[in-house]
Amino acid sequence: MSDNSLAIRKFSDLANPTRFLALADRVLPWFAALTVLTFAAGLWLSFTTEGDYQQGETVRIMYVHVPSAWLSMMCYTVMAISALGTLVWRHPLADVSAKAAAPIGACFTFLALVTGSLWGKPMWGTWWVWDARLTSVFVLFLMYLGLMALNRAMDDPARSARVSAVLVLVGFVNIPIIKFSVEWWNTLHQPASVMRLDGPTIDPEFLWPLIVMAAGFTLLFFTLHIAAMRNEIWRRRVTSLRRQAARNAGRESLAP
Amino acid sequence: MMSHAAYVFASYAVAFAVVVGLVVWVVGDGRARQRELKALEAAGIRRRSAEATAGEAQ
Repeated sequence: MSDNSLAIRKFSDLANPTRFLALADRVLPWFAALTVLTFAAGLWLSFTTEGDYQQGETVRIMYVHVPSAWLSMMCYTVMAISALGTLVWRHPLADVSAKAAAPIGACFTFLALVTGSLWGKPMWGTWWVWDARLTSVFVLFLMYLGLMALNRAMDDPARSARVSAVLVLVGFVNIPIIKFSVEWWNTLHQPASVMRLDGPTIDPEFLWPLIVMAAGFTLLFFTLHIAAMRNEIWRRRVTSLRRQAARNAGRESLAP
Repeated sequence: MMSHAAYVFASYAVAFAVVVGLVVWVVGDGRARQRELKALEAAGIRRRSAEATAGEAQ
């Protein structure tokens, strides 16, 4: 295979895992550097902007809570698109993408739940309520854990890919429920103040650190996702090479 | 009752711990898989496409 055949000219060229590995090697240092720079700017803004006149200092919790919550939903959406890739187009990297994303999504959902709780105690007077928003995000967290368990329960990636892809797509119904729970039901959690059809209602003093932190978290997600996909490709290569070695050993021992 | 600053500190501390944990896990997993691939290669076990490439080069 010459270097020329590994060139990526169109999106479908990424279906070749070797091409993907070459691309990952090239883009990961840039993504990692950009993530660090964006986080540096975001953290500086998070601690130098004013506190809220009602929430005081606790408004700064929002700068990690809201991006984590957005990422928890975006990660699941990436998994749902990957699941479609597995079931509809049988894209060889789609299952790798879904499998690599699950633990990252679980971590961001955990972070959204914990930081939300740490904000809720001083502002609402309680760590937790079973309102529609909090409960649906908790269900999302359990779904991530369930998918991770399912992926690890089956040895054959080809079999687990189809089963978990179906489960990911069924679970996707939870994403609009999370997004619109604050409008459909009477929740203690406040309604959306940034992603609104009539524009953000949040003061620019809080909006800027939030946007920069959200960009940092998004870059972090893609950096980790590409790196985790690369790990998963390597893991599958190790498994197939070990099988190949076992077959060769079996043949040699059978030979007269 | 904790002060507001303590809740803010706890939130950033948890976020930092989770992000560092994720990065360490992903980097460590990658290094372990690369070690395994190198060990297999050292034992003379190669992917068929890699063998084909080596064959073409000869």
